[in-house]
Amino acid sequence: MIDVLYFAWVRERIGLPRERVETGAATVADLVAELRAREERYAAAFADTSALRVALDQELSGFDAPLAGVREVAFFPPMTGG
Amino acid sequence: MRIRVQAEPFDPGGEVAAFSAAVRGAGAVVTFSGLVRDEGGRLTGMEIEHYPGMTEKAIGAIVDEAVARWALVDALVIHRHGRLRPGDAIMMVATAAGHRGEAFAAAEFLMDYLKSRAPFWKKELGAEGSEWVAAKDADEAALKRW
Repeated sequence: MIDVLYFAWVRERIGLPRERVETGAATVADLVAELRAREERYAAAFADTSALRVALDQELSGFDAPLAGVREVAFFPPMTGG
Repeated sequence: MRIRVQAEPFDPGGEVAAFSAAVRGAGAVVTFSGLVRDEGGRLTGMEIEHYPGMTEKAIGAIVDEAVARWALVDALVIHRHGRLRPGDAIMMVATAAGHRGEAFAAAEFLMDYLKSRAPFWKKELGAEGSEWVAAKDADEAALKRW
C-alpha cells in the first residue's frame, strides 16, 4: 500500500486530496499508467505528465524513479510560491 | 535560521525589526516582502495551497544552501497559505550577512528558489471565477543564474 497525494488542479480534477493505493507498480510511470486506466478523471489529470511534477516521500523526483520502499507519492503542477 | 509556514497574517515591519535586533555580527540585513496584487481590480483575493511537511523541508534545504553559499549570519523565511486578500503580505525573506553583496544575493536566491522549488500553488480569485496560476518559464530560467 502506498499513500498517493494530489495538489492544486490535480486534486480538483481527481476529486480527492489523498488515497491509499494497492499497487505493484515498479516505477512512478507504472503507477501513473495504473491510475490512468482507472477512470476518466484520472486519465484527464494524468493526460500530460510533462505538465506535472512528482515527489517521493516529500522529495522532488522523476517519473522514471523506482517506487521500492516509497511510502508517499505526491502529484502536482509546477510550483508557484513566492 | 527561522522558517514559518502559516495561515495567520504577519507584520513584515515588525518581523524585520525583530530579525535585525536579534542578529549579532552582521553588517547588512536585506528583506523582501511579497504582496497579493489585485491586477487592476480584477482579483478579489488569492488562495494558496501547500504540501504540509514537504514545504518546511524544501524551504529548509533552500535556506541551508543560501547560508552555506553566502556565509549568512541568519536568515528568515515566512510564507502564508490559505485565503489572502489584495495587499496582504504573502511571504517575506530576510538575510543577514557581513556585507550587503552577500545579503542581496542570498535574498534573490531564496526568492528564485521559493518560487519554483517550494510546494506552494496559487489560485487567483476574481469576480468571474478562480484560476490556478501557471508557472512561468522565466521562473525556471531564473534558477540557472545560480
